[in-house]
Amino acid sequence: MNRIERKFASLEERGEKALIPFVTAGDPNLETTEKLVPAMLKAGADLVEIGVPFSDPIAEGPVIQKASKRALDAGTTLVKIFDLVRSLRRKTDEPLLLMLYINCIFRFGTERFFQLCAETGIDGVIVPDLPYEEREEIQGTAEQYGVIPIRMIAPTSRERIAMIAAGAKGFLYCVSSTGVTGMRSRFTTNFQEFFGNIKKYAEIPAAVGFGISSPEQAKQMASYCDGVIVGSAIVDIVARERENSVPKVADFVTSLKRVITK
Amino acid sequence: MQKVGRYGEYGGQYVPETLMNAVHDLEAAYEKYRHDPEFLDELHRLYREYANRPSMLYYARRMTEDLGGAKIYLKREDLNHTGAHKINNVLGQILLAKRMGKKRVIAETGAGQHGVATATAAALFNMDCEVFMGVKDMERQSMNVYRMKLLGAKVTGVESGTGTLKDAINEAMRDWATNVDDTYYLIGSVMGPHPYPMMVRDFQKVIGEEIKSQLQEREGRLPDCVIACVGGGSNAMGAFYDFIPDKNVRLVGAEAAGKGVDTALHAATIAKGTPGIFHGMKSLFLQNDEGQIAPVYSISAGLDYPGIGPEHAELHRTGRAEYVAITDEEAVQAFEYLSRMEGIIPAIESAHAVSAAMKIAPHMKKDQIIVINLSGRGDKDVASIAKYRGVPLNESD
Repeated sequence: MNRIERKFASLEERGEKALIPFVTAGDPNLETTEKLVPAMLKAGADLVEIGVPFSDPIAEGPVIQKASKRALDAGTTLVKIFDLVRSLRRKTDEPLLLMLYINCIFRFGTERFFQLCAETGIDGVIVPDLPYEEREEIQGTAEQYGVIPIRMIAPTSRERIAMIAAGAKGFLYCVSSTGVTGMRSRFTTNFQEFFGNIKKYAEIPAAVGFGISSPEQAKQMASYCDGVIVGSAIVDIVARERENSVPKVADFVTSLKRVITK
Repeated sequence: MQKVGRYGEYGGQYVPETLMNAVHDLEAAYEKYRHDPEFLDELHRLYREYANRPSMLYYARRMTEDLGGAKIYLKREDLNHTGAHKINNVLGQILLAKRMGKKRVIAETGAGQHGVATATAAALFNMDCEVFMGVKDMERQSMNVYRMKLLGAKVTGVESGTGTLKDAINEAMRDWATNVDDTYYLIGSVMGPHPYPMMVRDFQKVIGEEIKSQLQEREGRLPDCVIACVGGGSNAMGAFYDFIPDKNVRLVGAEAAGKGVDTALHAATIAKGTPGIFHGMKSLFLQNDEGQIAPVYSISAGLDYPGIGPEHAELHRTGRAEYVAITDEEAVQAFEYLSRMEGIIPAIESAHAVSAAMKIAPHMKKDQIIVINLSGRGDKDVASIAKYRGVPLNESD
């Protein structure tokens, strides 16, 4: 069993929901990321999603786009991110995932990429521009190295949900609404129906992401599914507080975990 | 077995899950209408009566005599309504968008030619239109920005990245993912996820078909060489496609070498690119060894793109087409040369193809024939070429 599967199993046993915060690696620098990840885990995060910066992040809103640019300008590379993961693994045994665009894997070398994931301790990858039909680009290699490619479901997926859910591992990343990542003041998706459909087919937990920026929203969303992913709201704190963001991010994570656990 | 939407290894459908049903709906709609007589009738009527097709095939006598080699013909796509080949594809896609019940079209644009063509068709069909354009391109193509506004389109400047075509595409894809229910993304080149590379090529292949029949009428034979400029590659794909089975016809794409392919300032994807997956497709891209897309450069906003359509990547791999890189300086010289020699001011994009022909023609025999696809007209470029040459223009007079 992979760390992701173990984590969800133990959360289910305790009747808890997963909190999955996201940070962009290398924003404002890798030293800060190295402090942020353990601080978030200590503050109540169950899994952490580490974003690999990309020059052209087409699925991201302005907050993560800018973080990506700051990280690249600071000289962040995938090789350095694997070094970061290696050193994080000395401090934690919680599940760590990479979020990155398919070109970053393909150009790096798919085999070399997953070999390094396994070696440094990455448990899963989220690739927003790799849909189900193109999954073979990485699936075989990922499985060979024990890394889970997390599948995504969107409000527009409709009849595709059954196909995507079949054989999926770890958890399903359910996108809250159409569009890109970023904080939203309200949602127009009918979540009852959306998660009703997903639950009909899914044999694994479902977590929701995109646009969840406050404890109130996190609480509401957690009521429909098994976990909540929070990205832009955290990245926004890092953008404002930079190297000094660690305590503020930890406080925010605590406030999120508190409401979704109740 | 070749997978649908693949050109060898290249092509595919690499888009976020949010867009997958939209891409499949588009595929289904295109399959339904691509051979539909009523659809094709309407398209060909628009080609004739609105876009001014067939475009002329013009024998460039002075240029031919001056270069002293092959006979040179110009395929006058610059004489199309809106001034470039872009209208061919736009009319096809807007008819499709209409039949799919979409209310709003969005487009990316580099030089502004595709944006102008889209804004034009949206006006004609009474649809909302928003065009995304890099802020750097808005500055160097300000006249086209105003043309789009005049036609009733909203032009949204994109500041991220290098403020050029690639960034405009990023933003258009983000908008599409946000407004996927009522919005049709009208891609302007043979790029993006399947079915766009195939569909845009199909709507542009009329160029090559016309060249073939017009030349047959004039010379009673096939050309020896067809030359077109390549950014994403739509005018080249349109000019080449009908000649692919004619193995004796040499196909030459001219890409942008900017300040030189050995500098950091170029957009020569075939010369310097490597395989990657970006903007919905597997193809060749200018990128670093970790897959970060390179900031590219060309004097021509229409060729200033770090990738190339997947079918071109495959034509290059198999050797069926060859690709040459033309520098800014060479393109500007060709721009000036064609203006003086034939009284035709070409788009700076098309001037790259003219320059390639100027290099190739003298090495060919006098009974051989080159066709240059003159993809667009150069009015939009006059101010920036004057600037390049250091000639002050006082536009407030």
